[in-house]
Amino acid sequence: MKKNLSILLVDDEEEFVVTLAERLEIRGFSPTIAEDGETALSIFTPDTFDLVLLDLMMPGIGGLEVLAKLKEIQPTVPVILLTGHGSTREGMEGMRLGAFDYLMKPLNIEELIRKIQEAVPDTVQP
Amino acid sequence: MFLRKLWHKAVNSMLTFPEDSISPHRYVILKRNIILIMCLVCIIPLALMAGINYSLYRANLESEILRPIQVMAEDTRHAFELFIEERLSTVRFIAHAYTYDELHNEKTLQRVLRTMRSEFVGFVDLGLINQDGILVSYAGPYKLLGKDYSQQPSFQEASVRGVYISDVFMGYRKFPHVVIAVQRMAEDGSTWFIRATLDTGRYEALIASMALRPEFDAFLVNPDGILQTNARFYGKILEESPFDIPPGIHGTHTIKTIDPAGKEVLVAFAPVRTDYTLVLVKPLSVLLRSFYAMKVEMLIIFGVGVVAIILAVVGVADVLVQRIRNSDEKRATAIQELQHTQKLSSIGRLAAGVAHEINNPLAIINEKAGLMQDLVGLSEPFERQDRFMALTDNILQSVERCRTITHRLLGFARRIDVQFEKLDLNGVLRDTLGFLEREASYRQIEMQLLLSPELPPIVSDKGQLQQVFLNILTNAFAAVENGGCIKIRTRFEIRKKKVLVSIEDNGCGMDEEIRKHIFDPFFSTKKGSGTGLGLSITYGIINKLGGTIQVNSKEGEGSTFTISLPLKGNSKSSEAENPADEREKE
Repeated sequence: MKKNLSILLVDDEEEFVVTLAERLEIRGFSPTIAEDGETALSIFTPDTFDLVLLDLMMPGIGGLEVLAKLKEIQPTVPVILLTGHGSTREGMEGMRLGAFDYLMKPLNIEELIRKIQEAVPDTVQP
Repeated sequence: MFLRKLWHKAVNSMLTFPEDSISPHRYVILKRNIILIMCLVCIIPLALMAGINYSLYRANLESEILRPIQVMAEDTRHAFELFIEERLSTVRFIAHAYTYDELHNEKTLQRVLRTMRSEFVGFVDLGLINQDGILVSYAGPYKLLGKDYSQQPSFQEASVRGVYISDVFMGYRKFPHVVIAVQRMAEDGSTWFIRATLDTGRYEALIASMALRPEFDAFLVNPDGILQTNARFYGKILEESPFDIPPGIHGTHTIKTIDPAGKEVLVAFAPVRTDYTLVLVKPLSVLLRSFYAMKVEMLIIFGVGVVAIILAVVGVADVLVQRIRNSDEKRATAIQELQHTQKLSSIGRLAAGVAHEINNPLAIINEKAGLMQDLVGLSEPFERQDRFMALTDNILQSVERCRTITHRLLGFARRIDVQFEKLDLNGVLRDTLGFLEREASYRQIEMQLLLSPELPPIVSDKGQLQQVFLNILTNAFAAVENGGCIKIRTRFEIRKKKVLVSIEDNGCGMDEEIRKHIFDPFFSTKKGSGTGLGLSITYGIINKLGGTIQVNSKEGEGSTFTISLPLKGNSKSSEAENPADEREKE
């Protein structure tokens, strides 16, 4: 059992990511925001985060590339991908690269929490 | 001027090929032009060659047939001259060998005649005429002694020229004969004549010796054109010849003329030295018989050749035009499909662009409203808290609706990945119909399921197929009246390794114009209530599953959609189909 699950939020859309972070905080998680792939990779070190929420569509280093690098740093970290597209293809591609699952934006918060719980089974929602 | 214009028009219409429209008329014109040009190109040289051959051969042949006739006439003329010259020499010899007194003795005369007749055929009698023209001695079968010849042309001419050869004439004896008279001057200055009569039967014998073919004719005429021998076709002896002797001829002369019977004949005139003319007549029809035979053969060969050329040309033109037509049609279909794909592709780009642009703000609205709801939920109870909750709920619901639309639009552009699995098509159809059962029973629409039990399982995408069937069935439901009928059939085409699904309704149907556009995106006949994406998506899905979709429709009678699916799904490259894959990075 682990409380205050530490989540790295990677998304370039500030309004979105800040709001989502606050909502996750309300739900007892401790989110950290990275506004692009470079920032995310610079702050990500092994065993600092329990989970990563990663947007696929970002300027600079793309989501899938970030995912691959994250997995290089810590292969065990569960990553849930966020995609703005209706396609499942990038999601599937991400899962092939080791992502836990993918979700489509706009997010349904309940669905997100469910996925987080699935990804980190010893989570207890406050 | 007018003719030139007409010619230009004819040539232009022959060589131009209407490119603008694909109409059956165009191919009729094309075929006609090909046939015309090819026929002209083949037949004109053939006809020219045949014509040149014909005239060359004829000219050659005429010169070939002229020579023999001339040679023959020449030979016969010589025979005649020899015959007459011999007789004349004989008579001359007698005149010189004997004296007047010797010949005056009838016994001597008769002996001389006997000798002459034994040596030379043709002599009939022999007579001695004195200076006054009185026949004083005679040997022969007739009683001519004492007859006065002083007024006869034979006597007068012989007196002047010394020699006389008469025309054939009847004379006293009432049968044709020729007289030869020779003048002899005695030593005392007195003149006397020997007169011999020749049988013209010898003339006939000479002509007979020419061994003429039965169609030919030969005879002698005198300078006045009177026949001296019997002709086969042109009169008896002493009758007038139908052919005038050309004036001033030397040597054998041949002309082509028409005989009294209207036959075309070749006539050779050979002047014999004794003022006679030998006339040789040959009908051209006989001479040219081989030429006519050749002419007929040539005409037959020419005719058969022309017919063969025309048949071949028509056949070739048929095949050619059919090929052109097929390839034109194929090209037109390909262009149509390409246009359709391009249309789908550009619509896809637009839809993806719009959906993507809207999706991001939508995500923000979603999170903000969600946070509002979270905050309202966390705060102490306050006035109108329920109202706030309800409002944020409404916002979230609206976002959810928008999300459905944007995802569908993005889905249209990308048509979510195909997942192939082995499935029973009849089962998929039954499942799909389950969604529509309630509406069917409510509207009393009869659903006839004519599913083939032999349908093999196919490899395809169940979800996509359900979407396809649902789209078509929704349209069918919209087309039929309450109480209408929808028939769903499945069939296995072993030969093509395809399964066919046909969905037939007896609804309102559609006209050709609508039918052309039903697969176009955003084309809808349901004014206001349809997105116009249903059949377009259907088309795209079927295409992606490696199948084809066809529609037959008649206004007022209903429509039939026929979907053909391969047994094994061969997904087309999704990259090419998904224009929105080219990601736009902001």
